Amino acid sequence: MSAELPAAVSQPADLVRAGGGYDAPPPARRTRLRVWKVIREQPMATFGAVVLLLVILVAIFAPALAPYDPREKVGDVYQPPDSSHWLGLDDGGVDMVSLLMYGARVSLIVGFAAAAVAMLVGGAVGVLSGYFGGKTDTVLMRITDYFLVIPDVPLMIVVAAIWGKSLKNIILIIGLIYWTSTARLIRSQVKSIRERVYVKRARALGAGNSRLIFKHVMPQVAPLLIANTVLMMAIAIFAETALAFLGLGDPQKISWGLLIENAFARQAISLDAWWAIVPPGVCVAVLILACTMLGTALEDSLNPRLRVGHLSVKRFRLRPLVGRMDAE
Amino acid sequence: MKAPVLEARDLHVWFDLPDDRELHAVQGVSFGLAPGERFGLVGESGCGKTTTILGLMGLLPPTASVAGQVVLEGDNIMARGESSVAPHRWKDIAMIFQGAMNAFNPVKTIGDQIAEPMEVHGISEGDAARQRVGELLEMVGISRDRADRYPHEFSGGMRQRAAIAMALACEPKVLLADEPTTALDVMVQAQILQLLVSLTHDLGLAMVLVTHDLPLIAQVCNRAAVMYAGEIVEQGETETLYHDPGHPYTRLLFAATPDLYDESNVTSIPGGPPRLDREIVGCPFAPRCDRTFEPCPTVRPELRDLGAGHTAACHLNDPVMRAAAS
Amino acid sequence: MSTNGQVHPLLEVSDLVTRYPIPRGILGTVAGRPQQQVHAVEGISFSLNQGEMLALVGESGCGKTTTAQSVMRLVQPDSGSIRFEGSDISTLGFRELRPLRKRMQIIYQDPYESLDPRFRVRQTIEEPLVIHGVGTRSDRPHRVKEALVRAGLTPPELYIDRYPHELSGGQRQRVAIAASLVLDPKLLVADEPVSMLDVSVRAGILGLLDALRKDGMGILMITHDLSTAAHFADRIAVMYLGRIVEEGPARDVVRNPQHPYTKALISVVPKRDPRDSSEPQILKGETPNPVHIPSGCRFHPRCPLVTPECPRIDPELRTPKDGTTPDHRAACILV
Repeated sequence: MSAELPAAVSQPADLVRAGGGYDAPPPARRTRLRVWKVIREQPMATFGAVVLLLVILVAIFAPALAPYDPREKVGDVYQPPDSSHWLGLDDGGVDMVSLLMYGARVSLIVGFAAAAVAMLVGGAVGVLSGYFGGKTDTVLMRITDYFLVIPDVPLMIVVAAIWGKSLKNIILIIGLIYWTSTARLIRSQVKSIRERVYVKRARALGAGNSRLIFKHVMPQVAPLLIANTVLMMAIAIFAETALAFLGLGDPQKISWGLLIENAFARQAISLDAWWAIVPPGVCVAVLILACTMLGTALEDSLNPRLRVGHLSVKRFRLRPLVGRMDAE
Repeated sequence: MKAPVLEARDLHVWFDLPDDRELHAVQGVSFGLAPGERFGLVGESGCGKTTTILGLMGLLPPTASVAGQVVLEGDNIMARGESSVAPHRWKDIAMIFQGAMNAFNPVKTIGDQIAEPMEVHGISEGDAARQRVGELLEMVGISRDRADRYPHEFSGGMRQRAAIAMALACEPKVLLADEPTTALDVMVQAQILQLLVSLTHDLGLAMVLVTHDLPLIAQVCNRAAVMYAGEIVEQGETETLYHDPGHPYTRLLFAATPDLYDESNVTSIPGGPPRLDREIVGCPFAPRCDRTFEPCPTVRPELRDLGAGHTAACHLNDPVMRAAAS
Repeated sequence: MSTNGQVHPLLEVSDLVTRYPIPRGILGTVAGRPQQQVHAVEGISFSLNQGEMLALVGESGCGKTTTAQSVMRLVQPDSGSIRFEGSDISTLGFRELRPLRKRMQIIYQDPYESLDPRFRVRQTIEEPLVIHGVGTRSDRPHRVKEALVRAGLTPPELYIDRYPHELSGGQRQRVAIAASLVLDPKLLVADEPVSMLDVSVRAGILGLLDALRKDGMGILMITHDLSTAAHFADRIAVMYLGRIVEEGPARDVVRNPQHPYTKALISVVPKRDPRDSSEPQILKGETPNPVHIPSGCRFHPRCPLVTPECPRIDPELRTPKDGTTPDHRAACILV
């Protein structure tokens, strides 16, 4: 039967249908927003970010928040906690709570700054190594290996002995020892990005190396670098605390490590003055935990390699069909 | 048609999406496979053909839900989900995955990897297994003494043959092949297809061949089903699909495939397939079809029998619809 | 734009040889192992005019991709000459090549990887203009839109601000083509431009290339798909292990193949019509490793018509004795 068929509708190829066209998934967000998304949605990241923020705020507003002046003796040596001094006094009769608040500053400053140094040096080495390959890669990786081998504490002792114990030196040492893991991570990421077709295409167009690196490679690497930097902060904070505890820290600045070291050296343990030793330790632990949780959550979601695989114990689900089923 | 060795009956697969949404990847697929038959499942990317055959074997992730029946020699092996499907895997139904040639463990010999399914399913081991491995290799055209070589010592085509041997290890009745020749050169493709055809003849093996390559199906398969947007839109003998298609998509798909000698214009189909995470209203192909008429945007067509096992889901085949429209 | 009255072809390749060394590692070098090479391209010659599409057809390892890379000077050829618009570019350095990049562009196989996922369409298409300092800030948007229209993405406003993942494969490939067109090149090298696209969109892209060709563009298409080549190309050159074994007008090569390899290749291409079942001539084995090239005629180990002479003679391309068109040549002593 040949009834009239409706007129064929002519359409040019690959037509985008009016009103939005190709049905695509909702757009992925830029890096800043992705980071924000992770922080909002994953409990670990949220916790880490909140704690970190609190510590930062306390550190910034310490002069306003601290109940007493951290250098002022307000009572007896190792006075126990009471209603006016919640964590008691240290070996110099200074209020512990105030000391802790001011101590946060050093930990954070060293944490941020050392991580920044590690990120800059490690990032640069990683990008150059991964992008240029060949001899550059070999040379830079050898240098990285040498840095890896250097034992951190002896180096710090030596530097402190030669150049003195200042905050600046501490930051430099920590940064210069720990940049290597960042370099390795960034290098492998850059190596794979370099092989992507859009990079090759841009090169075929005539783009020079600097354009390729800054416009095409770096934006892909940035999220991972950020995640890695946060993790590096945790390491840096711990390193600073350890150095201060070993007496290599800046004696002029109040830091949690120094508080622990002081208490340790001044018999706090035998005098049962737990409030002089435990609180600074707890503060360090909490801050490091916060950084690690935030950094790990970021890294998990931003590092393409760490996506979880197929080895899952759970299986697909069965759903009863609503309505008639073929019973033949 | 002889009694089917494998049947899919109203198979549905859904995948969980974030925000409590679902992707309805396979929407009520039904077909039957006779022993020794080569059945083609053809469609473009996203049509659900790979998910369908993964569903036949229950190889779906935890985010998937399945409904419908998978009937193997009369038994619904999907009745209790994983627990009822698992015992049949590899022993009754085996699969060659997409990119199987790259899925070998680089640190184990080919022989060991072919023997593995036999050992896992308790069919044979030790010397008996080695003997069987030799037989399997010869069956797929690889000389026995290469059993002790490693995957990187084989070319792409030979690895694909080894993957076929591995699939045949437990003497399955059904072989599901997902794009078995896509990554291979055309000459090697011809060799592999020749092998698959001879296996269906010699072993009485039933085969489902999933591909996007229409001419391949045309030359290798007896019957085929065309999939679009998660459902079968036409099914029948391959000759019929080419010479007398019952669905515009089938016709347009052939028209979009260049032939070596045919000089008529090759056309493209405008637009793209619909999203499967939303309810589809009317015929899923309507927005791209060149023969839509009144019922198409609102009424979803069912598969109609066009005679001799040829079915198609298109209102153009329905005299009632056409009468109502004019 | 007329192709007649050309003084010289757009692209002329003579005796091109490109090899890749295989890294030996320190141990190998110290042990004095000989440096092995992949003989990717072993002396090929062809020419391409404006307004013409030449398809380089072959299986993997035949050297077609390396030829494309050599022509685009993305790799350094070992010997031979590549004349583009009359001048030899085979030995030019990076700096001298840069301005040439405006006139020769390449389209890649994978539309899903061709575009930087962080760039909007506008940025991707503007990039070539920025790199070469073409156009001013104010007229670049206009050029971008023009390129989009030329690539078939109309209305351009609908696409300019999209990200690649919001586009289908076919649309992405068109964006890549638009980015190539924005500098108004004369030569376009298309490396498997549609093999990763769905069948229903391939004709659209190929039709676009055909339209560009009619507009005067010279197109070198690399493909493994003989059917596509037969349909869209003016001329076909069949490659095997680094050599062209047959070349000529597309129609002639496909309907009247002269070289045994071409004949076998054509016979195994699956036909659309299920009733059309000519017996395929399936060759034994696979293409040998381009590291060890067989002696004499490189195809002789697999050739169904091999004679005792074949391992000794390396045939040149020549016109077959029986009446085919003069520019249809094959490299076989039996021809």
